Amino acid sequence: MALWGMVIDLDRCTGCQACVMACKAENNVPAVGAKEAARGRIISWMQVLTEEDEEHPGEKMRFLPRPCLQCDDPPCTKVCPVYATYRNPEGIVAQIYARCIGCRFCMAACPYNAKYFNWHRYQKDAPGQNPDVSIRPKGVVEKCTFCHHRLQKARDRALAEKRELLPGEYMPACAEACPARAIVFGDLSDPGSEVARLARSPRAFRLQEELGTKPKVVYLTEGEGRG
Amino acid sequence: MAERTDNLDAPLLAPIERTGPGFYWSVGALSVLVLWGAVAYWSQFSEGLGVTGLHQPVSWGFYVTNFVFFIGISHAGTLISAILRLSKAEWRRPITRMAEVITVMVLFIGAGQILVDLGRPDRMLNVIRYGRYQSPLLWDATSISAYLTASIVYLYLPMIPDIAILRDRLAKRKLLYTVLALGWTGSERQQRVLNRAIAIMAVLVIPIAVSVHTVVSFVFSMTLQPMWHSTIFGPYFVVGAIFSGIAALIVAMIAFRRAYRLQGYLKPIHFRYLGQLLLVMSLLWFYFTFAEYLTGYYGSEPEEMKVFWAKFSGPFWPLFWGMALTNFVIPVLTLARLGRHTVGKVLIASLSVLVGMWLERFIIVVPTLSNPRLPFGEGIYGPTWVEWGEMAGSFALFALFYLLFTKLFPVISIWEIREGRDVGLREVEERLLTYLPETGEPPVATTERGH
Repeated sequence: MALWGMVIDLDRCTGCQACVMACKAENNVPAVGAKEAARGRIISWMQVLTEEDEEHPGEKMRFLPRPCLQCDDPPCTKVCPVYATYRNPEGIVAQIYARCIGCRFCMAACPYNAKYFNWHRYQKDAPGQNPDVSIRPKGVVEKCTFCHHRLQKARDRALAEKRELLPGEYMPACAEACPARAIVFGDLSDPGSEVARLARSPRAFRLQEELGTKPKVVYLTEGEGRG
Repeated sequence: MAERTDNLDAPLLAPIERTGPGFYWSVGALSVLVLWGAVAYWSQFSEGLGVTGLHQPVSWGFYVTNFVFFIGISHAGTLISAILRLSKAEWRRPITRMAEVITVMVLFIGAGQILVDLGRPDRMLNVIRYGRYQSPLLWDATSISAYLTASIVYLYLPMIPDIAILRDRLAKRKLLYTVLALGWTGSERQQRVLNRAIAIMAVLVIPIAVSVHTVVSFVFSMTLQPMWHSTIFGPYFVVGAIFSGIAALIVAMIAFRRAYRLQGYLKPIHFRYLGQLLLVMSLLWFYFTFAEYLTGYYGSEPEEMKVFWAKFSGPFWPLFWGMALTNFVIPVLTLARLGRHTVGKVLIASLSVLVGMWLERFIIVVPTLSNPRLPFGEGIYGPTWVEWGEMAGSFALFALFYLLFTKLFPVISIWEIREGRDVGLREVEERLLTYLPETGEPPVATTERGH
């Protein structure tokens, strides 16, 4: 069985936020409006974090695109009281919007703040929505799913054409949209895949690796100016 | 004889027999606050949790703080009363009932906080339908419902003889008292069975009470978050719970002592003993807090230190140092010498501890959430009128429940006071004699006791 993962090359990331916008459009992530945004309620499954570079203060910013890291040992699924969030057999951490009771325990437990809450009913049945992604009601938690609906579609197509799923046939919107090709997506369990090869690079690291959450999003550290 | 003792304890029945204007004023004032809470909750129910000040990353705030606080208060009761009963502390007699009532009432309010906090209260039953026992929230649900059940039984059992007194003496609410008295006649066999049952419940209730606040702490300590992931949290929360519980008990005792003129029953000596207990808990609380923060500081992991400094000198400093002042400095200063003005001093210390323990719960819940590990920037949380309303309503609802209880049942156990006069005195003397070495001379009070 495949183990879907992602490699993000921080040397290539320009901080352009194309991944963020592609994600919002693909997954019907609602714009919460200026007032709610000012209150800290932006929903952004993919978020580009910025940090001042300690080695070049005032001159250089570091960018860190952060989707859900799809941990293999996720702290969020451990604490869910109703099985509304779980890790599926292919390693994707899912959220069942119809079951979630909105206790926000998973949000408190996630060390990466990758889970978001619908404080109001933000999503309206408006035209232009992606019909493959369900609308979230108020009061539930939502999160990045590696565009899981795309996997389902690709798999259905392969099944209809009586063939195996091809590498590169399933790709989340963020990876597809990145103009700098900083995001590489694929099957980590296939040692020959590009994503598995990059994940073995000496530049590879994982966020908060010491917590033992085993994220399947791997970063390649900036090379320039760093030993 | 029976007539004489009845009149002797008339002040205990007076609040049930007569109702003054003070009662109606209190109920009115409390109802206004409860109404405010209801309006606040209705606005949240229809519009979503967005009407609160919660956001990303501070997704837990007042409600979770109140949950931990109220569940903590519940330890007043049952635990203190059980320990005093088991240790045969004779001064417990006028106190136990008040303590047990606090527990039962406050558990409803505390468990209610979690329901108020849910984004989807309509799906509350999912916890039973799809319950996942690996989640600390399920441990909470189990432990708290067990505690609530045990506390209700433990409150009810010692009430039976008193309800029988009400049944025989009062003209009103005959049906209620007759049903609840379960045909109590006070026969020797009934007395024996009752005492046995109370003793069993007292033993049973202690481990349940300890488990309750331990698993409440596990909600935080089972996560990996800085300043939450701590092995000390279980006992730390239990100590804080007993600490705030005693304070709440003292405040309730002083309020009803004044309102129902119970000065003859609740004497300065009772407040002095409870005050000393409060002092011990204050020192113990300080010890735990010191151990917890020093361990974090000395290791100085960067993530821990971010939260640590947010509390010490960052945006939360007034709350953190306010907590240190109200939980440690004020109680120690007021309770160290209780020779004179006992009741006043104990009241000041208790009110201070109630504020302090609420701050302590807040300072545990919020700063960790507002300082995420990744560079998101610090989240500042400010509650809205909805959260203030819900909090005021919760406190008022608790007080209202308590007040209504005292109008239906005696707030001090009548039969246990009588038992103290009739049996307790002699029993204590006998017990005391068994502690002393045999002198060879016949003891002053010659009582035949077979071995």
